[in-house]
Amino acid sequence: MDTGDPDRLYTVTGGRHRAGEPLDLVTLLVSECEPTAGMQSEHARILELCRHPTAVVEVAAELRLPITVVRILLSDLLDAGRVTARHPRAAPSVAGLPDSQLLKEVLHGLRNI
Amino acid sequence: MGSATSELPTRRLPLTDRAETGLKIVVVGGFGVGKTTLVRSVSEIRPLNTEEVMTQAGVGIDETDPASRKNTTTVAFDFGRISLNDRMVLYLFGAPGQERFWFLWDRLFAGTLGAVVLVDTRRVDDCWYAIDRLEHHRTPFVVAVNRFEQDEDRYSLDEIRQALALPARVPMVECDARDRQSAKDVLITLVDHLYDMAMAQEATP
Repeated sequence: MDTGDPDRLYTVTGGRHRAGEPLDLVTLLVSECEPTAGMQSEHARILELCRHPTAVVEVAAELRLPITVVRILLSDLLDAGRVTARHPRAAPSVAGLPDSQLLKEVLHGLRNI
Repeated sequence: MGSATSELPTRRLPLTDRAETGLKIVVVGGFGVGKTTLVRSVSEIRPLNTEEVMTQAGVGIDETDPASRKNTTTVAFDFGRISLNDRMVLYLFGAPGQERFWFLWDRLFAGTLGAVVLVDTRRVDDCWYAIDRLEHHRTPFVVAVNRFEQDEDRYSLDEIRQALALPARVPMVECDARDRQSAKDVLITLVDHLYDMAMAQEATP
């Protein structure tokens, strides 16, 4: 796998760099449209993957591209309204604990798998 | 990588369309300690691998700036998935404990519910650094001791706790990372711990 090649990354993202809040690894993405002819192949592939909710990290693994690159590709699609994001409920604060109700649901789920 | 044969589906297994909340738990440990094995044991998908690139200088550098592109380094990690119910999905990350990985912690694992430090008793020293970094990031964690068959010395949990200078408040559990129920119990130990902490916090006005 040669996805670490900086030149390749530069090409896929068109040389752009996004500032601002990055998408969480487990934000779920859902396609709002079908791929169209002439669309960048990575964008088309994402729209196919996200017909069902798919996490950022799953998109990265399936596309075999680094997280940073996938976040940029997804931002393009989000800006264009081609995908929507379901953000994690757990607060992304470093030290904050999630509320006990959420944890109770997690425990219940784990016990039932 | 474990040698156990996997019965996990090779085709992509999509989430339900109602899935809305992604959650994270990170399994940290030294090379070969059984992180991927533990993830595979409880995951509903075959563990996937992905990576993040960073510049040597760390976060905040424009990675597409040609001048800074030469010093990129890659951190690889794998992950599995557990659908907890039709709305909540837990992602389980197996992450290397090496130094460069921790530069990416905030960017990758902010908002993580908690962590499991997986320990191989033959190389207890490997997890010192992980424990130090988790405390630094104030990420709640439990310590799981992966008991290999050839674990002849059988250090007790108390002995390992002492060796790691681990406070009594940090739960410890023995496990067999290859065993689904055992791996599940490790996760339940962690979430139980988080639940107790959250209840204590909520009780304090």
